[in-house]
Amino acid sequence: MQALVVAAHGSHLNPDASDPTYAHADAVRETGAFDEVREAFWKEEPHFREVIRTLESDEVFVVPLFISEGYFTEQVIPRELRLDEWHPAKWDSDGTSASQVTLEATDVDKTVHYCGPVGTHDAMTDVIVQRAETVTEDPDVGEGFGLAVVGHGTERNENSAKAVEYHAERIRERDRFDEVKALFMDEEPEVDDVTDYFESDDIVVVPLFIADGYHTQEDIPEDMGLTEDYRLGWDVPADVDGHRIWYAGAVGTEGLMADVILERAADAGADLGDALEIVRANERAATGTDSSELESGTDTGAGAGAGAGD
Amino acid sequence: MADATTDAVDALSAALEDRADATIEFDGLSLERDGDEYVLETPEIDPRRVDADDLPTALDAVAAYATNWRYWQESVGGEGTYRRAFLRWCERAPIAQDGAGAPTEDPLAVPERYAALRDGVDREWGQLSITARFVDVAEPDGERVYDLWHVDDAGTDLAELEVSDDPREAREIATYDEDGRYRPLKTAPTLPSGWAFTGLSGDELVEAVEFFYPATVANWHRELRGNLDVDHWRETAERQTGIYDILDELPREAVDWVAEACCVDSQCLRRREWEYEAGDDLEPPGGDGPFPCREPCSLVIAAARQWTVLESEDERTYELELTPSERNQLEELIEAVADGRTDEIREADVNDGANRYRARYLRAKRFDDDGALEIRERSASADSE
Ligand code: SF4
Repeated sequence: MQALVVAAHGSHLNPDASDPTYAHADAVRETGAFDEVREAFWKEEPHFREVIRTLESDEVFVVPLFISEGYFTEQVIPRELRLDEWHPAKWDSDGTSASQVTLEATDVDKTVHYCGPVGTHDAMTDVIVQRAETVTEDPDVGEGFGLAVVGHGTERNENSAKAVEYHAERIRERDRFDEVKALFMDEEPEVDDVTDYFESDDIVVVPLFIADGYHTQEDIPEDMGLTEDYRLGWDVPADVDGHRIWYAGAVGTEGLMADVILERAADAGADLGDALEIVRANERAATGTDSSELESGTDTGAGAGAGAGD
Repeated sequence: MADATTDAVDALSAALEDRADATIEFDGLSLERDGDEYVLETPEIDPRRVDADDLPTALDAVAAYATNWRYWQESVGGEGTYRRAFLRWCERAPIAQDGAGAPTEDPLAVPERYAALRDGVDREWGQLSITARFVDVAEPDGERVYDLWHVDDAGTDLAELEVSDDPREAREIATYDEDGRYRPLKTAPTLPSGWAFTGLSGDELVEAVEFFYPATVANWHRELRGNLDVDHWRETAERQTGIYDILDELPREAVDWVAEACCVDSQCLRRREWEYEAGDDLEPPGGDGPFPCREPCSLVIAAARQWTVLESEDERTYELELTPSERNQLEELIEAVADGRTDEIREADVNDGANRYRARYLRAKRFDDDGALEIRERSASADSE
């Protein structure tokens, strides 16, 4: 038997913080690839501390629903899961390359495959692009568009900037968007000045965050000048300094995230069967998009609007 | 012979084939293969030898034991798991366990359980009410299903409840209290009523219960087997890093107050098993909840961090003018907020010190223009000289 644990932050104050975690875990549940699927949290229940003992499976794949390697993925989660043999060096990562490490959870007598965070997986690049497609409702979005990937920045000295730059570079190499930039909340180049960094009239802004919350729904929209007051909402697109800003909200709410979770588990040796195909097919059905059809010019009208934060 | 019994007999024979010792002992049923013969025994019948050909007829006479065996061994499975132990607890079946501690006072033997399962066996788990019953009451084939609702809805007609058969909906129900406020602590006694799950399988029941009260069944089962691993306050505090690193500076006596503020039955249905450290128990009792709490939860950790910051201040002596009634009123105000009673105080109930008009009057009279109590600090100046 194999189990999947999706490990996320959660919140004591905001019930929406865990919504993406539940949604992606459910998407994986529906594939039937794992005998058990569990959400686990730092600030909600089940807590990291308790989750492994609620599983019957001997093989457990833990995928952190976090953006970057750093304090949570390297210290908090392994410590709270009681992975005694853990050491960050076992990931042998340069800050964005952690894949997995296999450890024994001695208190429960199980093998735990502790995976790198979703945010640094290569498949995340596709989710960012998909997010741009969703918010513009244009499966071919790219030409004439700039793309800004936005991260938190250097707070707590995490690798969050590295993750943002990593994906920005990968998207840039695809030559799909006219311009691709990595921007930050807490360091230069800052998202406040987003229009200074682009020549394109249209700019898609995708925050590399797991859940919508204070930063993505209050801070960033106000800082960018999309709205005076986040409570009033904003337009998508919104006009700012002669540019049209297509603000996408947290990338972690995109349905394709379930795909990244599965990829992480597969890299760690999980037997997925046809789970990846199922998740992708369900995702296409949910958004009404089909990239293969779309490339051949069929208009399916991408449905899911990205929510204007109101 | 009923089909269910035929199936169960086939399954039993097949199971015997697979066993090296050719013996099945389960819930009072004993069946042993000896060449072409079987030895059958239950609490009601003495051991008897039966020909292989006569086995179906012989088992039909003890059909309940056969179908009971099939339900537990084939439908539920998972020997030794908390899932199975919980489902057995639900119908008051004996729970085999390595350690001490019987969860069911007077466990029911198979015939009594079969009688009870026709009407449904009721259990309470925190604010959850669980009924185990037969799928087919007229001709029980051993298969059970489970219903789940709020204890407050015990007398409510199903038609008046929001009925579901998807355990995942438990997550949404558990998110908000009756007043629509977020419930960050799943074991707070504030679960809203008005819903029901009916006809859940055993797996689905456990899944739903785990969504309502995460990890409670697993820890209950550990406790039953005598291997609940408790992390006391000190270990938990010392493990913390980042902004919680300061937690181990919280004074010993303040940890008593933390437990009294957060962990009593009125605030949390978990039974606190953690103490200050092994051999140094906290003052407040742990509570009466059915499921143990094995270490301070994240909510308590977050609150205690705040208290650690607050407790780092030195005490001072203040002087302020109050009538005796006003002093009493301050106490009543704190009591009302601490007990979450402010909503219940009627608008015109000016006898209550925490009445809103009384509070506003006190503020009008005693607060200065900056919105603060008029207080003189005595000790700061006196002590520093
Ligand atoms: S630490 Fe206290 S409040 Fe938290 S779950 Fe345990 S008993 Fe409840």
